[in-house]
Amino acid sequence: MTATTEASTDSATPASVAQYALQLGDDALILSHRLSEWCAHSPELEEDVALANLALDLLGQARTLLTYAGSLEGAGRSEDDLAFLRTEREFGNVLLVEQPNGDFAVTIARQLYFATYQSELYAALCDSTDPELAALAAKAVKEVAYHRDHAVQWTLRLGDGTAESHRRMQAGLDQLWPYTAELFFPDPVATELVQQGIAVDPRTLRPAWEASVAGVIEAATLTVPADGWQPRGGRVGMHGEEFGLLLGEMQALHRQYPGASW
Amino acid sequence: MSTGLPLWEVFIRGRRGLSHQHVGSVHASDAEMALRNARDLYTRRGEGVSIWVVPAASVCASSPDEKEPFFDPAGDKVYRHPTFYRVPEGVKNL
Repeated sequence: MTATTEASTDSATPASVAQYALQLGDDALILSHRLSEWCAHSPELEEDVALANLALDLLGQARTLLTYAGSLEGAGRSEDDLAFLRTEREFGNVLLVEQPNGDFAVTIARQLYFATYQSELYAALCDSTDPELAALAAKAVKEVAYHRDHAVQWTLRLGDGTAESHRRMQAGLDQLWPYTAELFFPDPVATELVQQGIAVDPRTLRPAWEASVAGVIEAATLTVPADGWQPRGGRVGMHGEEFGLLLGEMQALHRQYPGASW
Repeated sequence: MSTGLPLWEVFIRGRRGLSHQHVGSVHASDAEMALRNARDLYTRRGEGVSIWVVPAASVCASSPDEKEPFFDPAGDKVYRHPTFYRVPEGVKNL
């Protein structure tokens, strides 16, 4: 890299860090919303509370990241403005987190894939040269370790449970596997910040993620899905059809009563 | 919501030095899941440093019918009751 481009990279940093924080914040926010949809619909009362707890952990991460992104952006947008007043194409979350809940096994598959990814990501992000991101990661890494444990426990029980639970767990893993490729795709925003030690190169997370996820799937007597179709585009705002409905519900109150609070 | 899963009694130790206290119960398929459900239901506000779960079926309980022979004889033996000394100020858990 030449001196000129490095200088321009440095000057572009706050906007890039804002975008990176927004991507990670959107991941947490959208998955939080999906998990909150289970409220009062879980198989057991205990599971209702468990999933709501995971959703609240993610919402906390999203609030920190969105607030930070808003402050770096310098346009005076608050966490609420970013969460509730952006449109579909302005969200940078990966496609995996917006996938509909499906049955309980699909939700657990999504949790296994994403919580394992987030565990690896936050563990690496603890060493970020950006103190805000490092502090967020240090707090969140403990939360997502529990999220992963929750998903592992359920994957083992559903996979190694009855013939029906085994079938559904395998179907859930198969259905969402294609969306995991995007987690490790080299995104331009992250790539630029990796050189400055701010962001984590998503490609470096893949080996540990694969080993961890494959270990759980095999222990649960299930089969690791084969690679095939690998959709992506979430990071640049290209989302699936269901995402509009998700935003519609998530943003309805704030759009009907702008600035509502309690 | 189904309640086909076994019931577990939950005991939480609030701080080091205290004993585990019964706080309630959860449904779960097995002990490991019961521990996690108890964590989510009973320690969300920083209530505990340790959790025990016990199958509810393993608890042998005294019967209300036995209340008189079990507990009443101690009622009039006040010399056994720990009420004849002053609790030092500042002692929180006695």
